[in-house]
Amino acid sequence: MTETFLYLIQQLINGLTIGSTYALIAIGYTMVYGIIGMINFAHGEIYMIGSYITFIVIAGLLGMGMVSLPIILIIALIVAVIIASTYGWTVERVAYRPLRGTNRLIPLISAIGMSIFLQNYVVLAQGSRDVALPPQISGGWTFGDPSVFEVSFSYMQALIWVVTFVAMTALTLFISRSRMGRACRACSEDLGMTNLLGIDTNRTIALTFIIGAALAAVAGLLLGLYYGVVNPFVGFIAGLKAFTAAVLGGIGSIPGAVLGGLILGVTEALTSAYFPSEYKDVVSFGLLVLILLFRPSGLLGKPEVEKV
Amino acid sequence: MLSIKNINTHYGPIQALHDVSVEVKQGEIVTLIGANGAGKTTLMMSICGDPQATSGTIQFDGEEITGQQTSSIMQKGLAIVPEGRRVFSGMTVEENLFMGAYHRDRREAEMTAEHVLALFPRLRERYSQRAGTMSGGEQQMLAIGRAMMSKPRMILLDEPSLGLAPIIIQQIFDIIEKLREEGVTIFLVEQNANQALRIADRGYVLENGRVIMEDTGAALLVNEDVRKAYLGG
Repeated sequence: MTETFLYLIQQLINGLTIGSTYALIAIGYTMVYGIIGMINFAHGEIYMIGSYITFIVIAGLLGMGMVSLPIILIIALIVAVIIASTYGWTVERVAYRPLRGTNRLIPLISAIGMSIFLQNYVVLAQGSRDVALPPQISGGWTFGDPSVFEVSFSYMQALIWVVTFVAMTALTLFISRSRMGRACRACSEDLGMTNLLGIDTNRTIALTFIIGAALAAVAGLLLGLYYGVVNPFVGFIAGLKAFTAAVLGGIGSIPGAVLGGLILGVTEALTSAYFPSEYKDVVSFGLLVLILLFRPSGLLGKPEVEKV
Repeated sequence: MLSIKNINTHYGPIQALHDVSVEVKQGEIVTLIGANGAGKTTLMMSICGDPQATSGTIQFDGEEITGQQTSSIMQKGLAIVPEGRRVFSGMTVEENLFMGAYHRDRREAEMTAEHVLALFPRLRERYSQRAGTMSGGEQQMLAIGRAMMSKPRMILLDEPSLGLAPIIIQQIFDIIEKLREEGVTIFLVEQNANQALRIADRGYVLENGRVIMEDTGAALLVNEDVRKAYLGG
């Protein structure tokens, strides 16, 4: 195998890794949009909070002398998911629900406000500097000829792939099979009708926020461990990327969010591999503009139909 | 069973219903007729609390439901077949039906589903098909079936014949009569006044948000003014 080919494989691995975490965050945007038609701009902050909680829990458990890494990670995951979900639920309850039924722009402004609030709240509580965590998972597999180019697939990357895959499979099963998942789908098709069937749609909406926040917390844990560093501002850029992924794939569509996330991740990786890496955002947002020009509803989105 | 007293409903600054009073007794079919924009759908939706009536009272089974949340009103033995059917087009027939039985035990709901499928054999043929791919008549059957799934004591039907072929309309009206035989009370809103009044025990005529006439279905059918305005002479 040639060097170019192996190099490409390496970039695809890196791209899919980042892309799958974008997808996890993007699902939160897309589900909320699908049900209540608003962009939850505070969603990136939930991801950031998930990362912080992961760091705090891992550092705390290590400090207490716990050595088993799998157990530490599982505890960190559970705690991060629970706390981030509580944040997601609270944000909806406090900042969005009272505004439901008003002009679309009003909850959007409230969301931006919530995003700024959460970011600064973390700055106050944790400081604005980078917080670093030593790599917890090192090593990996390598293949290819060492004299030409060695492709590495780290255990950390493998963990990201596996956890993302499990989380998405669980979500898909929940949405398609479970009673509450069906209610979520019914709400995203026709909220008023779902209400007319005696289903408390406020609860379904709250559940959507909780699911979105839980997935963002999973992404927070994975990316936190992957980069080994977090600061209060990581939510902004990750949120923007995930939002782009959701729009790229067709906002409102869960498979679209996944596809959009993966495409965005791979695009970024390939751009930084073959061009100066400063171009990666130019290319990925340029791609967004192109797709919106030719497919305004995104790759897998349904064109919006005026209801009469 | 359903007692609406002097309700007024507003959409923002526009008043859609003026002092409307309607009474539906247990086991009756009551029809509400009126032209486009008379407020028929508004009345239906006000019963469900969406939008809320701004004044007046609505009682269902002796319980005051005015001001309650839509989702809790709809858990009291009341179901609606709304205007335009509003089936969940991305979901299968089966999923649509069971959305109607959300709060019921799955096994009991299966029995009701069996009953619905016996009434509407077409739905059985299309059981795993997505609702959006079906014809208007089939979707209307599904909307009625979904309303039946909660085992309601009363069903509100908002223009179930709209946009359907005459043969399908006949089937729908047959089903409505069958539902009444099973003990379900029916409140029916229709523009198709002829057929709707024929199966009705009593009827109301709504004009510009006001009830202008109320009588037995048979009497309204032969009433001169009603004939002129709603039955084509």
